[in-house]
Amino acid sequence: MPWPLRGLRDGILTSRYPRKPDEYAESWRGAIDVLDPDRPERHDVAALCPTAAIGQDDQHLVSVDRGRCILCGACVGARPDRFGWAAGTDLGSPTRGGLVVPQRQEDDDSLAALRVDLARRVRAFGRSVHVRHVDAGSDGADEWEVKALTNPTYDVHRLGIFLTASPRHADLLLITGAGAQGMSEPVAGTLQATARPVVIIAAGTDAISGGMVSPSYATAGGIGDLIDVDVWVPGSPPTPFALLHGILLALGRLPEVRR
Amino acid sequence: MTTAERAIAFADDLTQQVAGGARFAGLYATSADTGMRLTGLLAAPGEVVPLDAMLPAGASSYPALTGSVPAADWYERAVHDLTGLRPDGHPRLEPLLVASSEAVPRRVGGHGLFSVPYGPVRGGVHESVEYVIETPGEDIPHLRIRVAAKHRGIQERFQSLSVADGVRLAERVEGIASVAHALAYSHAVERLAGVEVSRPAGLVRVLHAELERVANHLDVAIGLAEAAGLVVAVSRFGWHKENVLRLAGRLCGSRFGRGVVVPGGVRSLPLLTAAEARTTLETLTARLASDVAELMGTATFLDRLRETGPLSVERAREWGALGPIGRASGVDTDARLHRPYDGYLGLRLDVRARREAGDAQERLRVRWDEVTEALHLIRSAVDALDGAAAKEPIVVPTAAPDGRGIGWAEAPQGEVLYAVDITDGSITRCYPRSASFHNLGLFPDVFAGDIFTDFAFIEASFGLSIAGVAL
Repeated sequence: MPWPLRGLRDGILTSRYPRKPDEYAESWRGAIDVLDPDRPERHDVAALCPTAAIGQDDQHLVSVDRGRCILCGACVGARPDRFGWAAGTDLGSPTRGGLVVPQRQEDDDSLAALRVDLARRVRAFGRSVHVRHVDAGSDGADEWEVKALTNPTYDVHRLGIFLTASPRHADLLLITGAGAQGMSEPVAGTLQATARPVVIIAAGTDAISGGMVSPSYATAGGIGDLIDVDVWVPGSPPTPFALLHGILLALGRLPEVRR
Repeated sequence: MTTAERAIAFADDLTQQVAGGARFAGLYATSADTGMRLTGLLAAPGEVVPLDAMLPAGASSYPALTGSVPAADWYERAVHDLTGLRPDGHPRLEPLLVASSEAVPRRVGGHGLFSVPYGPVRGGVHESVEYVIETPGEDIPHLRIRVAAKHRGIQERFQSLSVADGVRLAERVEGIASVAHALAYSHAVERLAGVEVSRPAGLVRVLHAELERVANHLDVAIGLAEAAGLVVAVSRFGWHKENVLRLAGRLCGSRFGRGVVVPGGVRSLPLLTAAEARTTLETLTARLASDVAELMGTATFLDRLRETGPLSVERAREWGALGPIGRASGVDTDARLHRPYDGYLGLRLDVRARREAGDAQERLRVRWDEVTEALHLIRSAVDALDGAAAKEPIVVPTAAPDGRGIGWAEAPQGEVLYAVDITDGSITRCYPRSASFHNLGLFPDVFAGDIFTDFAFIEASFGLSIAGVAL
């Protein structure tokens, strides 16, 4: 069977997300939740985590910073009464603090200001958005998940989203990796070459905090110190659905109420 | 012995062993209070043997190996970058893992030659790497590879971790070969502890290692099809790869098989029933067979691969080329065959007919052979797990005594080695040697008459990861 017919033989393979919920995305073990978060925890559960993602405050209340979490499941294995897997891939946040669960204090005013600023910038993009990916010291898996966005299952072209070769054509920089020092100049150079307005996404736990790789003499512990980030997408690596959610979140194109 | 004598004895010994048939498989240095330990790794049938030289504090150099052992080139540069220890007589001691803005003189001369820096941020979704291409305009007589931009300080990062956390970092040394790295690391710990994993644990390990192989080889096929502009093939193989990652995800919760392998066994049995796994596998196998046959019958595609990026059998043998790159050039160094581990011990593993043409087409053929075999192994592992006694533990206690363990695994890119030093349950030194590191040094050698438009094919046909090189 020649290639053109092969392209048709299995029908439409593409998810209808975000217009319709996607079953695979909804059931994905995407993050860690704190169970029974209002119950104080007397034991030192913070020590369970290899990347210091678990916090315990003065009142012994437990939190998990998904921006540090590498999803190893060590906490769930040791304390299944305290930590559990959360399903879903809608994990991105416009603030770094928004990745901490449960959310105990929210600064609505500054969040609103951030959203207004972001909305002002993305308005200029219209319905066609060009994404430039930059690897700032990833482990290589993040790139696979970024590339997957163009395969037939996700096919982001249908949403007017394109991966572009040149920063000159880019509206959005999607940055992976722990912020290797050798990449700080190339990242700055790429940003400088990018058209304005520009939106920056930190893609993956490594890009947010350095994950398992940091602290290290050769990384900045995430890209936050290299560049002003607009949306943070956790995951080690982030799944294609989480990346797509993060991009749509930045663009203000997520349907209002999905859950 | 004086410092100089020790260093000379080390270099002589290693050179002689390589001349005697051992395969050079790595070199690293470890700083200690008393000086610097220089360690060479030599692969022999059934074993990887470390060769140590303790150089007293203040030692600043040793005789370079690169002159007599060509594959030592990059290793010696890495040692120099990370420790300052100087290989005397190294032909090109340029920085490899530390960034340098210094202009390096061109290697080739001639009329109208110029250097084209390409990267580290390149067109498309790639890992960051900079190629400095020396060219008169069309062909590529020489090419320099700079990986320093991505250096993450992995080796030092290992040194503060517990044995249990070490495997989590190993999974992130080379993210597209997470399972193989976790295996090589765990094997090092298990050998030191004298522990054998249970039969079911060994089978689960095979299952994920082979899924990883299929996904990686599909990624190479996608890269090649993309370079040839075969959009439907790119879509088809992209879909197949997604389905492989989803199968891995459904089996263990991670699309990259992370969190499965732990020292002493595996964390859990597959989350899918054997029947579900079989159905998915059968569908995948049938779809793949059909699309692969079409791809390998597409003349416009094969025309771009044939005689592109040839690696000669002599060069591959001299270098000790690993994985599919070696196997396409007549060198078979498969750790699963020659130093079998885990579930491979009980499963039928065909000794593949080696191929010898050594070009991009041959490398792709080797990968398809491996995909067929991997799918067969996965199916066998699923069947064997289905029948395995449920009462066997999936993880056995692994308390490693103080000392050094060496472990290996066959990643999709080739043999991965780990040398792990443990003191009081903590890692005091961990040296991960990816196949990508070893093989990338061959990349500049294969542009015999190939031109710029062949670059994407040759790069894709190597299928390496920069993360595993820059560490």
